[in-house]
Formats: sequence, structure tokens, C-alpha cells
Amino acid sequence: MKGGEPLLYEKSRPGRRGLTYPALDVPRTPDALPAGMVRSSVVDLPEVAESEIVRHFTRLSTLNHHVDRDLFPLGSCTMKYNPKFSEAVLALPGISGVHPDQPPQTVQGLLECVYLAEKFMAAVTGLHGCTYQPSAGAQGEFTGLKLISAYHRRKGHRKDEVLIPDSAHGTNPASAALAGYRTIEIKTGKDGILEPGEVRKHLTDRTACLMVTNPSTLGLFETCLPEISELLHQAGALVYMDGANLNGMVGVVLPGDMGVDVIQVNAHKTFASPHGGGGPCSGPVCVRDMLMPFLPGPRIERRGAAYVLADPGPDSIGRIHPYFGNFAVMLRMLLYVLRLGAKGLRRVGENAVLNANYLRARLAAAYPMPHPRVCKHEFVVSLESWKSKKGVSALDVAKRLLDFGFYAPTVYFPLIVKEALLIEPTETESKETLDRFVDAMLAIAREADENPAVLREAPHTTPLRRFNEAEAARSCTLCHW
Amino acid sequence: MLRTIGVKGIEDLFSDVPQKLLTSPSPDLPAPLTEMELTAKFRELASANASTQTHLCLMGGGVYDHYVPAIVPSLLSRSEFLTAYAPYQAEMSQGTLQAMFEYQTMICRLTRMDIANSSFYDGTSALAAALFMAHKKEPERRRVLLGHFSPSQMRLLRTHLEGTPLDLEFLPLGAKGCIDAEAISGDGLLAVAASCPNYVGIVPEMEMLSEAAHARGAFFIASVDPLSLGVLHPPGSYGADIVVGEAQCLGIPMNFGGPLLGLMAARESFLRLMPGRLAGQAFDVEGRRGFVMTLQTREQHIRRERATSNICSNQALNALAACIYLSLLGKRGLTDVAEQCLHKANYLYREIQALPGFAPVFPGAPVFKEFAIRCPRSAPEMVEKALARGILLGIPLRETTGDDRDLLIAVTEKRTRAELDRVLEFLRSVR
Repeated sequence: MKGGEPLLYEKSRPGRRGLTYPALDVPRTPDALPAGMVRSSVVDLPEVAESEIVRHFTRLSTLNHHVDRDLFPLGSCTMKYNPKFSEAVLALPGISGVHPDQPPQTVQGLLECVYLAEKFMAAVTGLHGCTYQPSAGAQGEFTGLKLISAYHRRKGHRKDEVLIPDSAHGTNPASAALAGYRTIEIKTGKDGILEPGEVRKHLTDRTACLMVTNPSTLGLFETCLPEISELLHQAGALVYMDGANLNGMVGVVLPGDMGVDVIQVNAHKTFASPHGGGGPCSGPVCVRDMLMPFLPGPRIERRGAAYVLADPGPDSIGRIHPYFGNFAVMLRMLLYVLRLGAKGLRRVGENAVLNANYLRARLAAAYPMPHPRVCKHEFVVSLESWKSKKGVSALDVAKRLLDFGFYAPTVYFPLIVKEALLIEPTETESKETLDRFVDAMLAIAREADENPAVLREAPHTTPLRRFNEAEAARSCTLCHW
Repeated sequence: MLRTIGVKGIEDLFSDVPQKLLTSPSPDLPAPLTEMELTAKFRELASANASTQTHLCLMGGGVYDHYVPAIVPSLLSRSEFLTAYAPYQAEMSQGTLQAMFEYQTMICRLTRMDIANSSFYDGTSALAAALFMAHKKEPERRRVLLGHFSPSQMRLLRTHLEGTPLDLEFLPLGAKGCIDAEAISGDGLLAVAASCPNYVGIVPEMEMLSEAAHARGAFFIASVDPLSLGVLHPPGSYGADIVVGEAQCLGIPMNFGGPLLGLMAARESFLRLMPGRLAGQAFDVEGRRGFVMTLQTREQHIRRERATSNICSNQALNALAACIYLSLLGKRGLTDVAEQCLHKANYLYREIQALPGFAPVFPGAPVFKEFAIRCPRSAPEMVEKALARGILLGIPLRETTGDDRDLLIAVTEKRTRAELDRVLEFLRSVR
């Protein structure tokens, strides 16, 4: 189909409706609300029949690319296949129909799920305590920094700075600012690795922690992290790891072994929750033992055969979520771990790295890479030279990939690489799929030399073509009136 | 594949990792199970819980047992929505982007506000974000008056805002069970955040509160139950500056409390401070209308430490659920649901008041779908007894009202008169 779909409001016809409710079977209470409170204006929602609504959203859905259709090589987002049986389990009424304030004796099974999910995540990260309250990775970062603040306050430290490498996800500095910290940017070394010397330069008695992503957003293992952690610890500071890229080492390396004290894991990424077009996600935080008293409450503890909600104690930072976090996403993580087991999880990490390196090796001759060596789960291409020599940008290549039926890699990130394409295939893609992607990328590389206009004007075959985003931001129409 | 890479084995791909860090599979992780085994195990686990399938649910306090029409899960389970991600490449994400835009449109029209974002995590963290937003606009003002939220919501707000210059004052419930306009006083007031209906179910006089806040030069933030807007004045009509709310009630299952859906709308002047993703109308090179993520320069991936918020991933799929739900209800359906909640709750409320030994905690105050009742025995004991009769009776309120006998009961459109009469019969049996 070419072109977009009209809005539901444009399909609205007076008097149509999608759903009727049974007649009210209790007497009305005429004076239930004082007259001054009662809505006088009509609720301005569209009037559409059920069949039209189903068609509307079904048609909309066909305009999306998605993992179940084909490769989604969006770097740092870990778009892997999501097992379907998890969805079937989540839909069980004994799970989806449970209220979070029910007495604990009526939800023992679900409390056990939280307890096990915390235990397994601690094991995966090599740390001691865990909370699933954060709703997403960014909220996990915020939570982790709150824990670090509480820890330093308890110790009587006055520390107000966070060191953040220039390769970090944008959420890191934003979370640090939200948590009240001043952010100090650390330059990544020439080979893309964080160097102890550079960290030492900025490390002071005001440093609360280092926030480091490993594998980094360049897809590289931070080889010096154990040494850097020691520097931080000697200065009375902590090490925070952004675990968004855990897929590049899950089951192979434990963050706790590298001196990491706090980590948020984007459970929806490594542990295979469908991303839902942008969420819901889950950002559990794991900590080393000395930070456990600060975890948000209530804590779920096992007493004898029963699971109870325990007061988190006076040092707790309080609460991040009104209930138990994004429980459904947590449950998918638990199912994934139970299905794969320890060895299966290790194969996830190994194969994610294998697939990324295979793509990297096959594209290396055609695409310039700033760090042409073994990568972890993802790798970066820089089209800076293409831009100046061929007049083709990273965005052009991304848009052209859409014509080949693939989603595009992450573009213009990490910020330290000019004209960056960040490519992450994940472990769930077969060699045949990777080869098809390589064929498309190589065809695009040839086009860049022979017919660059076809890239600059791409995409050509998608339902809608390239948008004028600057004009969209200027006119800023966020709502159809 | 290894040959193409030029290595001998998988271990060579980890040659950049210091040898001592390479670990063997953790003994704390389980042995693998098959899909059949796991499905059986979780069927058993699920059937051991009390749930809406086994019990009559009168629990609320933020999460409610509303009816979820069949088309919501059916459309949500489409891989095209479920397994897509953030719509960075607009040309291949129009489904998600247009749904975001339609959701924003419905939220604006429902609340009568100028702008809405495409979702926040939950209603309470949306309120914390709204307070950050208000403070960015008026950095000299610090005091915030709030009423009335659940104990866990208050804890959440304190945790999220601890360490900021904001000074949170949670107002006492008083005899009326809601904020009194006279309580809005003092200098340096940044915002008044009023919940409507509030935690104990009462609908405050939002218009008076909004006027009182504005008279002090403060922002008025309304935290609303979006379903209640089927019968109650929309916040835009009483001058709210920012609107937040928990939108789980719009077609999302209770799921043991998560994922929820944070609703967030505001006046136009907050546009550049709004956290979260925004879908905006755009035109492609052939002049056709579509949608893109717009004003991304507010966001963390570009603005970093100067971003309006750290939010990246949000609750997109739940916003889609709300969008489908609101489409299905349409103009009249939303009023129908709201009226059913209102009259069924008020029916049960009135009948309970007529029972000997039971009394309203806040007599005379208007309620929407929830109310506080003082029982002849302790609320936990009532809950316990009700369980045995297949009823999830409500939430004990001691931490909120100070009285061990107080209980919060919610009634949605799902409850039938027969069920409510069964509840009354149970209550009559308790002395």
C-alpha cells in the first residue's frame, strides 16, 4: 500500500459506536455528584464501529517493520526474537487478573516469581541484591544513582560529581543530572577504550561514581575496567555499569567480577521482551552487598515456606514504582532464564558476539570502521569519508536499507563517531539472514559509487517516503483538532 | 562463520576480555526446562493465585478491575505492534507513529489540554516528572502542596524528588477527606497537585482548588482518573496547567501492578519542557501526510545532561491499548462506563452505610468509583473473612486514615448488582 491511513477522527460518523454496555442494573444515585462537577461538554472521542477500528489498527500495523518480519539491526537496542510462549503464560488470568494490593497469601506464586527473578538477575550480574521496580533502563539508571547517593550520604561523604565517558548513552548524563549530579565527561582513548590515565585525571574526592557502559556503545569490551574500578574504589567512589549492552557478555563475564558495584539491566533487551514500539520495558538494578540496605521497598523475602513483603529498613531510598515494577516484563525475563538455563544464557552471549563479528568481517572491505577488530554484540561503521567524497551520509544508507526490507541500524550514535551506523544483529538471526543483510549492504555500497542519488532520495518503496522533519518540528502539530 | 571472521573458535572472540574475568555458567542459575514443562509449571502457579477469575474483585487504590474489550488484546498481540521498537525510521514505523499521534489527540480532547506526550511509565512517576517540569519553569519557587495520594505514591514522590530543591507538603485528609481551598496558602508556592478522585475515592472541588493555586501564582496540577472524565469536568475547563494520571483503567489488565500507563498533558507553554516522546504531523517528499518523532532536541539522546528528562523507552504498547480502548468507547461509551462506575459504587456505598456497624469515613463527600468505609472490625480481618467467601474486599486504610477499621472499596462497571448484593450479604454476616 502506498500512502498513509486517514485518522480515526476522520473516519468518525455521528452515532456510531464500537461497544455497548449492559443496562445499569442498580438504581441511579441522582445526586451522586454536585451539579458543578458534572462534565457539560461532550467527551470528544471518535465514533467508529468495531469492525472499522479493527481494520484501522490492522492497516496501521502493516506500516511497521518488526522483529517477527525480519532483521532489526538497531544498535544498542538488542532487537532479538521474543519467544511466543511467554505471551501465552502472561495471558493466564491467574497472572493478568491479579491486583497488586492483594493479601500476600493470595499471591504467593507471583511473589516467588519476583524473588526468583531478583535472584537470577543477581547471579547473571555477579552481584548480591536486585530490585525490579524501575520501569525502564533510564529509570534504572536514576535508581542506581539514588542508591549511590544514599550510600555516600550514610558514609558521610560529600560527593556531587559523576564521571561519564563520551561514548555513553544519552540517558547516562540525563539520569545523573536528574539525580542532582554534575557530570564530568571522560574522553575515550584512540582505540575506543576507556583508559585508566584519563579517568585518574578527573577523579577527585568529589567523584561519586563512574558510569560506564560495557561492552561500550562502540561494541568494544572495556578491557581496563577492572583496573579503573580499583582506582575508583581507592578514591572512595563507586562503579556504576550501564547494562544496556549486557547481551554482548551475558553468561561469559560477570559485571561484579570487574569491580562493578551497581548495574541496571535492560531486561527487555537481553532477556527477550517484545519492545512494543517503544515499551513497556524493565530496568532492574543489581547491587553489591554494601548497597543492599538502600534498595527500594518493600523487599520480597522468603520466611520458611512463605514469601512476605518486608520493610526495606531505614536506609532504603524509598520507592521507585507504586507496585512491583513492570511485572509482566519481569516475568518474561524469568521465563527466558528458566527456559535457557545457565548454559543456554552463555550461548546467547557467545552467539550474539559471533553474529556481530561475522557481519563485521563480511562488511569490513566495503564499509569504513574506526575500530576494525574483534567486537562484542555490535560494531560501528563511520561514513565520514563517504560523506565528503561521495556525498552520501549515514542517514542515506539507513534510508536505503528500508527499500531492501530491513530496518536501519542506529544512526548518528555514538556521538563520538562521525556519520555513525551502529549495527547489532543479536544471536537469534541465522547465517542466511545475516548473508541477506550483507548482500543488501554491499549492493548499497556499490550504489554509493555508481548512483549516489538513489541513496540520497531513499527510501523509494516504503508506504511513505522521506519526511521533512525540520518543518514538522517548526509547525509542531501534536494533536488533531 | 568463524573462518570468515578469521578465528579458530568462539573463545577467540573474547580474547579482548582479561582471562581471569571469563566465567563458567553460574551455579545459581537453573537447568533449562522445555516450553511444555514451563507452561505446565506456570499454569499451576497461576491457578494457585486469587484473581479476578476466582474472586469478586473490589480492589482499587490506583489499579482497577475494569472490563478489557476483546479487540484490545487481539490487536495488541499483532507482531507488527508488539515486536517493533522506537519509531526512529519513520518511513517504516508509521503504524506506531500514527497510533502515538492518535493517542495524543484523544488525551488532549479528553482532558481539554493543548498537548500530550506519547506516554510515561505510570501515573505517579508522571506526577514527579510534572513537578520537575513546573520547577524548570519557575526555579525560584519550591513549595508543593499535594493531596491526596496512597502511601506508596507518597513514598515514590519523596524518593523521586529527594535531593531536589522542591519542598513537598502532603496535606492532611481532614474531616472532608479532600483538599480544602483554604489550605492553599503561604509564599513561594510552585504548584498544587490534587488527585481527582483522590486516594480515598473523593472528588474534590477542582475548580476552587485551581483558582486558589493560581491566586498564589502557583501551577495547578491535576492527577486524574481518565475514565472519570466521562462524567467529571475536564481539567482544561478548570484551568489545570499540567494533567497527569494513571491510565491502567483504559484497557490494560491489572498484571499485578505493572506495566501501567502514565498519562501526561499540559498547556502549550510547557511544550519545550515536556518529557518523553512526541509524535508530530509531517509531510513526505511527495507531500503526503504522515508522522515522525518530533522535538527530539528536548530528549536525552541529543541534549544529554541538559535534556528535559532521562526518559527513553516508555509505555508505547499500553498507550496503544488506551488508544484502541478509547476509540472503541467513543463519545457515548466513555460516559456509559463512567456512569456505571459512579452509580454502582454509589449504590454499594449507600447500601453499606445502611448496614448496622458500618459508616462512611468521610460522610457526605462525593465519590466516583471508590469509597472509604469504617467497618465493625479491623479492615485486615474483614479482608481475611471475605477471602474465604471468594471476595477480594478492598484495601485497609490504616496508614492513610489512622483507623484500623477503615477500608477502601472500589466498584467498576464490571460488577453486577447480584455481585454487589453478595458483598452486602457477606458484610451483613460480619458483626
